[in-house]
Amino acid sequence: MSGGVVETVRPRDGFHALRMEGVTRRFGSAVALNDLNLTIKGGEFIALLGPSGCGKSTALNCLAGLLPLSGGSIWLDDRRIDTLPPERRGFGMVFQNYALFPHLSVRKNVGFGLAIRKVPKDEMRRRVDEALKLVELTEHADKLPGQLSGGQQQRVAIARAIVIRPRLVLMDEPLSNLDAKLRLQMRTEIRRLHQSLGLTTVYVTHDQEEALALADRIVVLRGGRVDQVGTPEQVYTDPVNTYVAGFMGYRNLLRLPVVSRGGDRAVLAEPGLRLTGTVREEFTGEAAIAAIRPDDFRLARGGDGAERDGVRITVEVVEFHGREVAVEGVTETGRVIHCRLAERVAPGDTIDVYAPPERVLVYGPGGETGE
Amino acid sequence: MAEPRTASTPSTPAAAPARPAERAPEPAPAGAPASGAARPPLRHRLAERGIDRMLLLLLPAVATLIALFLYPMLYGVGLSLQPRSGGIFANYVAFFTDPYQSGTVWKTMRLALPAALFNVLASVPIAYRLRGRFRGKRLLTAILVLPVTLGTVLVADGILRYFGPRGWFNRVLLELGLIDEPLRLIYNYWGVLFSLIITGFPFAFLLVLSYMSGIDPTLERAAATLGAGPWQRIRRITLPLLAPGLATTFILSFVLAFSVFPSANLVGEPADETRVMAIAAYQAAFEKYDYTMASTIAVLMGAFELVVIALVLLWRGRMYTGHTGGKGA
Repeated sequence: MSGGVVETVRPRDGFHALRMEGVTRRFGSAVALNDLNLTIKGGEFIALLGPSGCGKSTALNCLAGLLPLSGGSIWLDDRRIDTLPPERRGFGMVFQNYALFPHLSVRKNVGFGLAIRKVPKDEMRRRVDEALKLVELTEHADKLPGQLSGGQQQRVAIARAIVIRPRLVLMDEPLSNLDAKLRLQMRTEIRRLHQSLGLTTVYVTHDQEEALALADRIVVLRGGRVDQVGTPEQVYTDPVNTYVAGFMGYRNLLRLPVVSRGGDRAVLAEPGLRLTGTVREEFTGEAAIAAIRPDDFRLARGGDGAERDGVRITVEVVEFHGREVAVEGVTETGRVIHCRLAERVAPGDTIDVYAPPERVLVYGPGGETGE
Repeated sequence: MAEPRTASTPSTPAAAPARPAERAPEPAPAGAPASGAARPPLRHRLAERGIDRMLLLLLPAVATLIALFLYPMLYGVGLSLQPRSGGIFANYVAFFTDPYQSGTVWKTMRLALPAALFNVLASVPIAYRLRGRFRGKRLLTAILVLPVTLGTVLVADGILRYFGPRGWFNRVLLELGLIDEPLRLIYNYWGVLFSLIITGFPFAFLLVLSYMSGIDPTLERAAATLGAGPWQRIRRITLPLLAPGLATTFILSFVLAFSVFPSANLVGEPADETRVMAIAAYQAAFEKYDYTMASTIAVLMGAFELVVIALVLLWRGRMYTGHTGGKGA
């Protein structure tokens, strides 16, 4: 990529911080987004993560100005922007279904925002050419969107959003309509554009892998509220509750009796199962939830130093995943355990697995276990 | 679907609906083993080209079309070419040389074109507002569509009372001091135009609403994020995508209005200002008993409609007519 491209597409007027203060949106009596407080720094890549109905798209539409707020305010540095209509915010948005104008050529789609701004013809042509080059669609410039593949349409949508040099790029599940291979490719592309153009991006997704791979910070939403804000590393290794843990791939969420507590360690056990874990959430009482990722389980061999901890399971299903196998087994009390092991095991085997105490996260008994 | 079972076993008429389709190809290979393995059975080759038993579903429609439309039309064209006197085109020459007859073309056009245009254009803002879902949409749509269920005669009666010299419309204008004497709005051009609008609008509105609903609302939202204000969004996105639908709606509205007959008699001035082509054809057939001349006028009605339709389609052909992203597309 040439330096010139970066210069012409790079946002003209950046900002220090975009603040969402107590942003609330109600639909009738249903609260889609409740008191969202978030500060986005210029140049940051933020992912709003959560299942459908968690309020992430609502938050994005509120930012874009496509939905009026029921409460709260949005500030761009010192300027209040939540009262501006979408066309005066200068944010670029990429829609889930791309929303390309079907009657306009790729060139005119990309140039739409510039034509509205009455950018002079030569400058418009130059900037559109550069944006098309950036997404490698130069040879398709004169086609209609309907003649392009899904991935190409996606790139047109991105080019159209960034060619106006938006202060903020909003992306609403932009990869969810693509097949798996293309999704990975476009994911890298989006991150590359974000870095090379110095964009500020807010990205909505329900796919935690996408969020972890792309974002500088992840906002995990549930039922219109923020559960956790943190770097991918923080959210991944240290989820604040079992809901976030479940979302981050902690497939084993086990509600177990507590045998002993000491410092930040707790021992949970029942017949055929004993786990020492790290306490992540204060709790009182006899029971707690242990959250363990399948890949944190190891096969226990005799004299492994883990003779006291361990889970004895009878293997029921084995899935081949190349270097590892994904194993689903049950304990003698009937609990289903998911683990990934390097060793080859077969259905019907009885095996002992354990997880290191720092990778067994213990939460209070009130959380969700998905059971 | 009794006829096509010739090739398969007749013993299982009550077989599950999916089975005959699966089994259907079987008899064919058995019947044509000599043709060799390289050539698929005739039935398969025909099916590849879209010729299969499903075509029989078209039979009733095709039969009806031939019996009730194609044959009478050709018969009428033939009749028009057999005038009572003169050469085969004598009726056509007579029509165009007699201003009393040829004037009906203009009289019909100046009713049908504005009525169709008004109905289409008035539908656009209302349909724009009513696209998408909201409470009471069905009620509002029902009210707008109600006039379609009223007969022309009922509408004509209403027009005579409402727009008459002593009707509400004139009385309100008189009371407000906007006019000094009642406007003449019935038994002339205006009465017929109002009637065409009242009965034609619901039809145009329903069509435009369905075209409008076929346009993905996200497109306008995307345009908004790109800086387009409300008017620019309509002008650059919605209208271009809607235009082909408007052209189609205009054609259908125009054809409906062009064949105006009852209201031209009831609320118009059938002897002069609103003597439309349909009246001329009626008079030729049932007052002068000249069926050949009536057929000629009917054929000419079709011809003039086709000219307008062709012009509109020519214009429509230059527009984008593909997918508009919505659920209806």
